[in-house]
Amino acid sequence: MTHYLEIIFSALFIENLVLSFFLGMCTFLAISKQVKTAIGLGLAVIIIQVITIPINNLILNNVLKPDALAWAGQPNLDLTFLGLLIYIGVIAAVVQILEMFLDRFIPALYNTLGIYLPLLTVNCAILGGTLFMVERDYNFGESVAYGIGSGSGFFLAVTALAGIREKLEYANPPAGLRGLGLTFITAGLMALAFMGVAGIS
Amino acid sequence: MAETNLELLGRAILQRNPIALLVLGICSALAVTGSMSTAFVMSICLTLVTACSSMTISLLRNHIPNTVRIGIQITIIATLVILVDMILKAFFYDLAKQLSIYVGLIITNCIVMGRAEGFAMSNSPFKAFIDGLGNGLGYTLILMSTAFLRELLGNGTVFGQNILPLSSEGGWYEPNGMMLLPASAFFIIALIIWLIRTIHPDQQEN
Repeated sequence: MTHYLEIIFSALFIENLVLSFFLGMCTFLAISKQVKTAIGLGLAVIIIQVITIPINNLILNNVLKPDALAWAGQPNLDLTFLGLLIYIGVIAAVVQILEMFLDRFIPALYNTLGIYLPLLTVNCAILGGTLFMVERDYNFGESVAYGIGSGSGFFLAVTALAGIREKLEYANPPAGLRGLGLTFITAGLMALAFMGVAGIS
Repeated sequence: MAETNLELLGRAILQRNPIALLVLGICSALAVTGSMSTAFVMSICLTLVTACSSMTISLLRNHIPNTVRIGIQITIIATLVILVDMILKAFFYDLAKQLSIYVGLIITNCIVMGRAEGFAMSNSPFKAFIDGLGNGLGYTLILMSTAFLRELLGNGTVFGQNILPLSSEGGWYEPNGMMLLPASAFFIIALIIWLIRTIHPDQQEN
């Protein structure tokens, strides 16, 4: 159990997808002007991560890996080279299905998350989570834990940045720094702050 | 469209730089800039993928049904990225290991998707190729300048060659360890954006 908690904790703080691997930056910077929308986006990322990482893990272990298709009479087949194509396909499909499911059964949540869901297909944090799972060779349980941790890490970072940016509205920076430049510097300071937690490991 | 291909290329590199103005594709821009060699390889990969995918999508643009175009674009891009990834692993295995997952992430790099959707779908193949090339080079420009500063100040080296003699080896330069941390990339890109927007005041935000 502690092993799974460790994975969640390190994905949440030390190896935060946004602040130490810079994944999902585009969405992170674009949708962090208001805390309310940032929370919606963060929730959507958690949900998608928790679903796609374990699914891709199952596909990797049962279909793509060398000898995984031995039961189907194809013992020497190694399909790992198709990985990227399949992961992105799974992500796009899950996003689409989740969107239809929410629209049909939980309209309140759909109205909150609706506009962010399609965006997440091309969010590198989602594909990045899957690729890290592949690179680190997680098993099914670990990949669920990693999904929870990395999704929550994104949620934490985007909400915190939105909070800071709301306050920065009142600041008066040089003209060239206004907007994007200042957001970058804020994100940099946040990344430094998150690194302070790394000592705990 | 009276502009020549050269103008198209220059516009994408400087005036409408994909990173600094359009804020596309910064994920990998920040992550691989710790050393110049990784940044260089990453830039080449991205430029190739952007140019080739724009051209392919432009060639097929009259045959792609509008409703499923995003899926088809992603499939084309993903196929090209798999090719690049396999070539890297076959011939430059060490570099491929260092770049780790970032080569795969070219698929979701907004520059590639953005150019496919915004330019290639409505222009001729050659123009789309030039546009993809220009955007790739604009990305290269920002990536290489960030990597140059980070490697020079953090390690005293350029492409692994020692330029500033380190104090630990009897020289005078005390390396700035913060430049090797991921956070420094944020600061350097912020400064580059500041510089570009001071030169082109029309890009400033209100």
